[in-house]
Amino acid sequence: MVTIGIMRYLGTVIALLAVLAIVLPVWADEVPLAPSDFRAFDSPSDHGGSIDLKWQRSPDDGAGGNIVTAYEISRSATPDGEFSQVARPLKGVTAYSDNGLTDGTKYYYRIAAVSAGGLSDQVSAGPAVASQQWFNKKRANLLVVACILVFAIAYYIYLGAKGRDLHIRRIAGLEAVGEAVGRATEMGRPVLFIPGIQDMDNVQTVAGITILGEIAKMTAQYETRLEVPVSRSIVMSTGRETVRQAYLEAGRPDLYSDDMVHYITDEQFGYVAAVDGIMVRERPAACFYLGAFFAESLILAETGSSIGAIQVAGTAMPTQIPFFVAACDYTLIGEELFAASAYLSKDKKMLGSIKGQDAGKAVAMVFIIVGVVLVTLAAISGNHAVSRAGEWIKNLFALRM
Amino acid sequence: MKRTIPLLITFAVGLILIIAMFIPHDPFFDMDRNFSIFYDVIAVFAFILGGGNLLRVHLNKVYLKRRDWKYSIVTVTGFFLMLLAGLLKIGVTEGWSGNFQGTGSLFKYLYDCTFQPLSSTMFSLLAFFVASASYRAFRAKTIEASILLVAAFVILVRPTPLGYYLTFWLPDPLKFLTISNLSTWILAVPNMVGQRAIMIGIALGIVSTSLRLILGIERGYLGGE
Repeated sequence: MVTIGIMRYLGTVIALLAVLAIVLPVWADEVPLAPSDFRAFDSPSDHGGSIDLKWQRSPDDGAGGNIVTAYEISRSATPDGEFSQVARPLKGVTAYSDNGLTDGTKYYYRIAAVSAGGLSDQVSAGPAVASQQWFNKKRANLLVVACILVFAIAYYIYLGAKGRDLHIRRIAGLEAVGEAVGRATEMGRPVLFIPGIQDMDNVQTVAGITILGEIAKMTAQYETRLEVPVSRSIVMSTGRETVRQAYLEAGRPDLYSDDMVHYITDEQFGYVAAVDGIMVRERPAACFYLGAFFAESLILAETGSSIGAIQVAGTAMPTQIPFFVAACDYTLIGEELFAASAYLSKDKKMLGSIKGQDAGKAVAMVFIIVGVVLVTLAAISGNHAVSRAGEWIKNLFALRM
Repeated sequence: MKRTIPLLITFAVGLILIIAMFIPHDPFFDMDRNFSIFYDVIAVFAFILGGGNLLRVHLNKVYLKRRDWKYSIVTVTGFFLMLLAGLLKIGVTEGWSGNFQGTGSLFKYLYDCTFQPLSSTMFSLLAFFVASASYRAFRAKTIEASILLVAAFVILVRPTPLGYYLTFWLPDPLKFLTISNLSTWILAVPNMVGQRAIMIGIALGIVSTSLRLILGIERGYLGGE
């Protein structure tokens, strides 16, 4: 009896397997339903040459028969002409950007869902025409923030130009510049200045070179030797002009020499090796590292530390700031590097720009506090209006390309 | 004039680049790209200036037999060796039609067997300098330095087996104190807060400096009249 029961059971299983073996290939060969709501339109806020395509997924994509494997998109310059395939995005995708097109030309598109059984019916869209836009709407928020900031800076520059007294907090690293140059003078050793390893198209290098001008005035007054090895030719030319002018303004053009600012190499570690060699041989009493730095920051600063030099560093490279903090006597953190030239020159218009920068920072602080409060309240209360307000503030400062 | 013309160029280029940021339409879009190309072209010519300066400084040193002049001989020799190996395509199997960096070329040999090992040696010095700088920075002399020391210990020990064995036994209510969770929290909260504050300051500083440059208030980098 038991044997008969098992045989019947096995028979049922085999029958079911046989049915599945017949049905499954039929499903696999089935043609999917077509996607819907297919649209083609000019890509917004771009330089042209691009058309955006959007569609709703096929009912068999992720649901229904779930047999869609991809979508096939084809394009033609005429509605009835020959369509050629331009893309094959995978299932689940609902948008595609067709790039490299000619502006002003009409393009027609077709899309079909793909399965092992073949293509669905095709859905058409178009014509769409690619064109350049006159305003990048994605950056509208950035424009608003930039305008507020520029207005604040320009306003304080104006106040500075009017002669208004503008208080800037004491920056220890910049107060130490005079002390460092004085120490080098007393010890009869040179001052070493490194303006980073980037070119003049980096604003940090510009800031570094501007500070070099102020330091060069001091070395000219104190008759201290100044050594500026650089890793870029344009920085060398600019540095020379700056130092020459500083010596002229200090009334000591006779002390200036072109060899003060000299080129070494563009290669990062070749430059580091040369500067380390200069440090060990010349033993400068004061080392300044002001500009953009990468992995070489710690090698330079530790070598400077090993020869007992007083060291002042400043960079806007967040990853290098801890190294300078650890190895140097004073470090200008981020914005302080950009404030240095104004701080040292005491020029009222330049100080005004620093004050305007502080006003921008105050605005940022207000938005951060309001944003944090709103997001926290939204998380606690679950209120959609508060949540939307928090999102709005977050998006206001989001950078979209 | 020597200052006025560069100031006008700075003003015009700065303004165009700002406009190009918000207007993707020609001619601004093309100008944005072309200015970068102009800069590269100028940089190529300036490179000749840099090479000339390097030679002048070191040949002077050798000629006048100044202190450590022997090192300058090494520099000048290296400079000419690489320059000639590249220009004359020494060792390139395809001759003049081949690439100066092609297989078998003297330039590539010198680059791979001399320059690269020397560069790597300089880079690897960083490991020793990190150790010496950490030793000084993490001495628990003040409360701040002590906090830094503890934070550094947690971060550094986390990826090691010790990091796991130190706290894996903590009961569930105290799981938030495991090295792994503490490390994640330090990186995601206090570290991130500091980084973002610095980044905001840097961004504002760059805007302010750029404005000073465009408006011609900051002109120290231009030299004299």
